[in-house]
Amino acid sequence: MSSTGAAVRIESVSHEFKNSGKVLEKIDLSISPGEFVAILGPSGCGKSTLLRLIASLDKPKYGSITIDRSAKSFVFQDATLLPWRTSLANVELPLELAGVDPTQRNQLARSSLEAMGLSDAVAKFPQELSGGMKMRVSVARALVTEPSLLLLDEPFAALDENSRFSLQNDLRRRWANAKPTVLFVTHSIAEAVYLADRIIVLSGRPGRVMADYKVTLPEERNEKLRLSVEFLHDVQMVHGLVKS
Amino acid sequence: MKWILPLATLLVFGGLLEVVVKSGLVPSYIMPSTTDILRCFVEERETLIEGFLSTASASVIGLLLSIVLGVSVAVLLSLSKILRTAFYPYAVFFQTVPIIAVAPLLVIWFGFGQPTVIASAFIVSIFPVIASTLVGLQSTEHSLLDLFQIYHAPKSTTLFKLRLPFALPYIFSGLRIAAGLAVIGAVVGEFVGGGGLGSVVDVARTTQRLDLVFAAVLVSSLIGLILVSAVNLLAYALLHKWHASLKERT
Repeated sequence: MSSTGAAVRIESVSHEFKNSGKVLEKIDLSISPGEFVAILGPSGCGKSTLLRLIASLDKPKYGSITIDRSAKSFVFQDATLLPWRTSLANVELPLELAGVDPTQRNQLARSSLEAMGLSDAVAKFPQELSGGMKMRVSVARALVTEPSLLLLDEPFAALDENSRFSLQNDLRRRWANAKPTVLFVTHSIAEAVYLADRIIVLSGRPGRVMADYKVTLPEERNEKLRLSVEFLHDVQMVHGLVKS
Repeated sequence: MKWILPLATLLVFGGLLEVVVKSGLVPSYIMPSTTDILRCFVEERETLIEGFLSTASASVIGLLLSIVLGVSVAVLLSLSKILRTAFYPYAVFFQTVPIIAVAPLLVIWFGFGQPTVIASAFIVSIFPVIASTLVGLQSTEHSLLDLFQIYHAPKSTTLFKLRLPFALPYIFSGLRIAAGLAVIGAVVGEFVGGGGLGSVVDVARTTQRLDLVFAAVLVSSLIGLILVSAVNLLAYALLHKWHASLKERT
């Protein structure tokens, strides 16, 4: 893959923490604009750290990370909603911080919530919502700014299977509409295969890139695929890469 | 049912006091009887109402000053580790100085009357506001701070849209304590600076009017009760929609 015009370019990045030593070693990656990439690895392999470095929430100890455009959003492991704000006001927050005028941000936030199937939850406070719905609001908030780079850190790991599956479908669908570059951190092989077009497999600590796998599934994903031979083929392939 | 039992307790103890004093078991110069206190409420209502208004207004002004200055000081301390390390130990020390020992100084600085009383109410009530606000400002969830950083929110925006609202439940727990203390501070201030229920108690004590002492003490408790309820009401209005601890109680 050519490195020019990459949405995210990671060059020989290594990172360590004072107390726990090396977490990432010599990561080299180039992500093209509009790619849906899953970062897969065992817990503690530094995949969340890598995502934080890309989001410039932390600075890498060694190496460099370049991001093409700066409009980025982040979805955290938990929904990270402001408890004193309604769903609508929570989704408006990024627009508010960017200085968008009130009528426009109200409109954009409403349509982002609608697109996540949350029309009924607009005026509700986070404590009135289920875990799955909170995460929906969180995803709606991340997408409301129409980011060119969307970073997700195991966002669906704590949800029940039904919520997880339907959120996966909605995320993939909304990606297909706007085609942002997506980096999705997960420890679930099935989730990585179902969602992504490309899977970066990281080793255990310190995390290194062990494999870079291209998913063979068609671009449009739907529930039927979850039991298809093609899906299981990809899962088996990735499973082999993880175990090697 | 919730208030029938406490009311019964009050009636039993009120009745007991009445019997014990009226029977001569306890002389009336040691304890006034229940009916004496009640009669005093009626006979001395003008003195009591006047005292109530004076003490209540000083307590409220002192408390409001504590809220405004206490929250501001806490915000300043939360912004800088250097400031915090330099000044916070003294804030703690300041709190341990007994107000009753400082009160005579206040008369020298502020003279007799309302300013001394307000200063006294302010001094005792500011520390819980500073302490609880500071704890609240420092407990903001890290992932929420990360969120604001992702969107490049400036420090002031993060303070007003995230840190302060997040600290509100903490601030209110400090305010509940401060509200009660403000009344104590005001009455202590009145002992040395004059005016209000403090003076009523002082004069009644020297003239052996124990019924009036009791009546004035009860009225000053009433002020504390009103202030704490007002704080609770405000907390409920601001927090009940989103804060779990209040949701469960209702």
